[in-house]
This record gives sequence, structure tokens and C-alpha cells, in this order.
Amino acid sequence: MLETIWFLLWGLLWAIYFMLDGYDLGLGSMMPFLAKDEKDRKAIYKSIGPFWDGNEVWLITAGGVTFAAFPKAYAVMFSGLYTALMLLLIALIIRGVAYEFRGLVESEWARKLWDKAMVVGSFLPGLLLGVAFANIFMGIPIDENGVFQGNLFTLLNPYGLGGGILFVLLFAQHGCLWLAVRTEGELNERAGNLAATIWPILAAVYIAFLALTGVYTQLLSNYLAYPALMLILLIPIFAIVKVRTLIAARKWWKAWACSAVLIVSTTMFGVIGLFPALLPSSINPAYSITIHNAASSQLTLKIMLTVTLIMVPIVIGYQVWMHKVFATKITDEDLGY
Amino acid sequence: MDVLMLSRLQFAMATMFHFIFVPLTLGLSVMVAIMETMYVRTKKDIYLRMTKFWGKLFVINFVLGIVTGITLEFQFGTNWSRYSEYVGDIFGSLLAIEATVAFFMESTFLAAWIFGWKKLSPKMHAACIWIVAIASNISAIWIILANGWMQNPVGYVIRNGRAELDNFFEVITNPFAWGQFLHNGFAAFMVASFFVMGISAYHLLRKNEVEFFSKSFKMGLIVAFIFSILVAAQGHHHAQTVAKMQPEKLAAMEALWDTHEDGAPMYLLAFPDEKNEKNSIEFLGLPGALSFLAFNDFDAPVKGLKEWPKEDRPPVTITFLAFRIMVGLGTLFPLLCIWGWMKRKDLIENKLYLRLMLYAIPLPYIAVWAGWAVAEVGRQPWIVYGIMKTSDAVSPIATSQVAFSFIALTTLYTLLGACEIYLLARFARRGPAPTKP
Repeated sequence: MLETIWFLLWGLLWAIYFMLDGYDLGLGSMMPFLAKDEKDRKAIYKSIGPFWDGNEVWLITAGGVTFAAFPKAYAVMFSGLYTALMLLLIALIIRGVAYEFRGLVESEWARKLWDKAMVVGSFLPGLLLGVAFANIFMGIPIDENGVFQGNLFTLLNPYGLGGGILFVLLFAQHGCLWLAVRTEGELNERAGNLAATIWPILAAVYIAFLALTGVYTQLLSNYLAYPALMLILLIPIFAIVKVRTLIAARKWWKAWACSAVLIVSTTMFGVIGLFPALLPSSINPAYSITIHNAASSQLTLKIMLTVTLIMVPIVIGYQVWMHKVFATKITDEDLGY
Repeated sequence: MDVLMLSRLQFAMATMFHFIFVPLTLGLSVMVAIMETMYVRTKKDIYLRMTKFWGKLFVINFVLGIVTGITLEFQFGTNWSRYSEYVGDIFGSLLAIEATVAFFMESTFLAAWIFGWKKLSPKMHAACIWIVAIASNISAIWIILANGWMQNPVGYVIRNGRAELDNFFEVITNPFAWGQFLHNGFAAFMVASFFVMGISAYHLLRKNEVEFFSKSFKMGLIVAFIFSILVAAQGHHHAQTVAKMQPEKLAAMEALWDTHEDGAPMYLLAFPDEKNEKNSIEFLGLPGALSFLAFNDFDAPVKGLKEWPKEDRPPVTITFLAFRIMVGLGTLFPLLCIWGWMKRKDLIENKLYLRLMLYAIPLPYIAVWAGWAVAEVGRQPWIVYGIMKTSDAVSPIATSQVAFSFIALTTLYTLLGACEIYLLARFARRGPAPTKP
């Protein structure tokens, strides 16, 4: 029972991470298409400046919870996907530093350099996380000792890459909507238009990805066994349609919220399909890392659950406060003009 | 080089780099919080300017602390997966609790502080930096509880082929960990206060903003004075805990090869010769001094390194030297503080002292690095003392992967370190903003 609760929480924490860091990663990667001049770039940095750091802590928590609740899954996942994770780390490092250093340097070339770091450092995590999670959905080659029998290129299969592209697009649209929320005038226009342009591509990739999921993975078997679960799949489908109409209606906050629902429900769709595996083995299902062979002791799970049930609502509370106070429309005065 | 050696090097490099930023964050956050509180209470412009100037340097420092911290968490899984699997039940939960309880708060409220000058009331704004300061230090508690468990594992049972949690209360009241936390926390204030004094000294030497930097210097001096004594006194106490709980680490710290049943001496000058299991130099032994320092008894027996088989001994030379460096600097700090205290009325005329204090900025950093080297190298060959060897903890991965990541991370960190020092130096040199923005 505790294992199942933790499995769902594990999925949910990753989903929240994608939902939150998704918008700043997506916006960062779309910066070259959105910013025409220095003022635009400043507005983009400003729109995510107060939030990216708090958003990224969800990654640390999602990683930490994997470690605490399912140590074996953490060990196999992180060592198996070694190179991909190192690239992710490097990307997150240069992006985090770019936020800070970009505002402090004065020469044009240094600013341009940090802008590039920002774009690459925002694009890569979306791609890598998508590739990683698609591969997890599909199953990775782990042997009976939990040792990964592949390399970086094993991960770059059609389904993995499809997951990567899907994540990049989800994040990109999410980021554009965020910028639309935070700006007025021309930049708002451009952000809204880009979100609208991304939408059909995203919808097509989404459908293709769902079809590939049927071909490449066992995710659907849980849904076929319990058809009632199919209702869950209605959430992302409803959300993706709704995003389109809300963009058309220029209701940015609502469109962003819908996009958030889309990201969370897509992740949870995969997570529920995985159950009870955390990392299915593509070599032999018997080698899979599941909640039964990877979970921590009952005592640890209980203590962690207590801490989580007390602390996470508090965290959500002050992060919502933070968004309320700081996610206002950016004005010229904010940018120092 | 094999995966084990490369992973150790990578971990050491990443931790040391991370630990340039952490102690300054821990100490300076509290100092900035005090400055801002003084501003809120007195409404004096100078305190606002102090808050902004030191706060800016604090923020530049903080970001690298954050991004390098993620690397550390990931590395347990990427490079030490067998360790993660074996002790995740306890160690992993401490890290996860750290993130949920403290790290979130630290990051969120720091952003509120940076961006909230116009959006929050002065009181609320000051509260934000206090939350950052408190959360940073709470974060340190959890991390050191995790490290302390590796040093002195408690509250566990070996079950299902791994270490499982048995008594959470024992884990979070681990006396070894609390000793480490206090020592480390006090040291963080040394780093921060010397940082503030050093930069202030730079400006005082140039008679730049004399009132501003005299005030800053004095605040640094008071903090340094208090904590240089605390860190030394508590360090002595912690060393006694080490003597009790990790006797081979103590023997390595002192390069003591033979067991002394009735009182071990301490040498004022010694140098270990690991190969021949003796000291190549041994000079001016004070009889019974080591026994007294370690156990408060001149006649207490102290075990020598030869008690343990060669493969179970920590690397003696590194442990011994790191300990000497830490203690040497720890003795120098109070002396520098006393000197400063005697000259506090007329700091600006004491060019020699000010110049010394400018160049002293790196010293507390070196001391904390050395301290961690004693703690971590001195624990070898164990990753978890007495339970798991470091060589059994490493991930079953290809050497080439680790070689790639080690080179990539080292290159990246070197570049970032250079940028960081450049920016800190530039903003420190520029001095505070004029009275009215």
C-alpha cells in the first residue's frame, strides 16, 4: 500500500517538476524566436527570473524522492542513464548561471554568449528528459543485476526521440503562454502567435506519440485491464483541445493552466501505465525494477510520507504566494526604461 | 585510471567546488539579514546600502552554490549507484527531507528577496532574507546528518541485503553529526566574516567610503572574533568524538604508527612516511600530550595505525597534512582578530594589518577544505564507516563515461569559477551604490 502511494507521489513529483520548470525551460529555448531586441530579451529574463530557481528545486525533490523511496530505481536509473544525466546537469548548470551572470556583464559579446548558454541550457533538458522518460516507458536494457546494457545511442531510438520532441514542444508552448501571461503589447502578441503556431505541430506529434506508445510500449496494458482508467486519458485530450480555444480567445492565464494540466496528465498517463514497474527491463520483464523490489523499508516510507504530507502543502502555499506577488504584467518601469 | 578512482576524483572536485559557495552562503546570509534588520529598525541609509552591497555579492555567490548542489545529489546515483542502493533507505531520505524542508524555502525566498525590493514591505523584505538564512542553515543540518551517518552510522539494521532504517530518532540525534554541523557552521561564519573584512580592508586601504567600510569591517570583526573562538573550542571537542568513534582517523591525523598503552606523545614537528610505516621526521615530542588532547587524560592509551591492516588504514599523509593546515589556520584566526580588535579605533592607519586581511580572504576557505579532507579522506577506505567500503560503492559503468564527465565538469567548473571570481572582484571593487539610487 505504502509503495503504491509512493509510486503515485513519485510520478506526481516528476509531473509537477515538468509543469513548473517546463515553462521556464520552454521559454528559454524559444527566446531566439520571441526576442527582437535587448528590451525583449530583458523582459523574457525578467518573466522567469523570480521563478526558475524555485521551479528547479522540484527536480531535486523528485530526484531525492526517487532516492529515498525507491533507492534501487534511483541507482539503476541514474547510473544507467549516466551520460544523458550528465548532459542534463551541464545544461542546467550553464542555464542557471546564465540567469545570474547575464545581468551582470556589460559587454555585448558576453551577453550574447550567456544568451546562447540560456537557449542551449533550456532546450537540452526538455529533450533529454523526454528521451529518458520515453525510454523508461518503453523499457531499458537492464540485466538481472540491474546493470544497464546499453549506451547513449540505445536511448536515441525512434520512440525515445519522439518523447524528446514531444517534451520540447510541450515545454515550448507552455513557455510561450507564460510569456503571454506576463507581457503586454508586441511581445505578448508574438508569444501568443508562437504558441498558436506550435499547437498544430504539438497536436500532431502528440497523436503520433500516442500511436507509437501502442506499438513500442506495454503502457496500454494497464488501461486495457481496467478500462475505467481510460477516462484518465480524456484529461490530456480535453486539455490539448482547450489550450487551442483559449489561445484563440487570448485568455493567457487559463491557457497556461490548461497547458499545465496537459503536461501533468500526460506524465501521469505514462506513470499509471508503468505501474507497478518503475523501470521495466527490455531484456526480460523479470529483471524489471518495480515498486516491490525497489522500495525502501516501511519505516522510511512512513516517515517520508509524514514529512511530505506536512511540507509539500506548505511549499505549494509559498510558491503560489510567490507567483501571485511576482507574476504580474511586466512594465517598462520593471525593465528600467 | 579506473571507474573508482575517476569517480572519487570527480566527487572530490565537485564537492570542493560546491564548498566554495556554501560556507559563504551560510554565514553571509545571516550577516546580510542583520544589516537589513538594522536598516528596518533605524531607517539609516547606511544599513540599506550595506544590505544591498553585501547582498549583491551574496547573490552572485548563491547561484553557483545551487547549480553545483544539483550535481552532488545526482552523483550518488550516477557514480555511486551501489552505495545508493545499499544505504538509500537512510541516506536518501535525509537528502529528500533536506530538499522538501529547506531547499525549497531557501530558493523561493531568495528570489522573493532579490526581486521584492519594490513589491514587498520593508519588514516582509527583511523577513525574506531571514528565512533564506535560517533555511540555508537547516539545509546544512540535514546534509550533515547524512554525512554524519556515513561517519558514524546509527539507527540502522542490515536487512534484505542493505542498511535499513531502524530508529529515525537516533539518526537525527547522531552526536557525531551534530558535532560536525556545529564545527562546519561556525567555520562558515569565519569564511563570511573574513570575506567581509577582506573586501572592506581593500576599500579602507584606498580611503574609499570610510564610514561604510569601517562599519562593515567592525561587524565582520565581531563575528570573526566570536566564531574563531567557538570553532576552535568546538573543533577540539569534535576531535575528541573522532578519537572515540574513529580511532584510525585520529591515528592518521596525528601520524601515530605504534599503539601507546600509557600516554601517547604529540610531536611539534613530524612528517609521515607511509611506505615504511613510520615518520620520516619526528621532533620535539610532548609526552602524553596526544592522550590528553584526545581523552583528557595524560595516560590514556591511544591506538596506532599498525593496529589495522594496511588496506583498512586511511591515506595518512593527506589526512595528517590537512589536519595540520586546519589547526594551524584555526590558531591564526583568533590572533588576527585580537590584533584587529586592538587597532579597531584606528583601522585606517594600519596599512599592514589591512593588507594582511585582504590577503587573508582565502584562508578560511582553505581551512574548511582541509577540514572536509580530514573528515572524508580520513574515513577511507570506508564510504560508510565500518559498513561499506568505497570500492564496493561505485557504479557498474564504463570508464569512458566517467572520464568524459570528469573532463567536462572540470572544464565547466574552471570556467565558471573564473567568471565568478571575476564578477565578485568587479562588484566588490566597485563598492556600494551612491546614497540615493
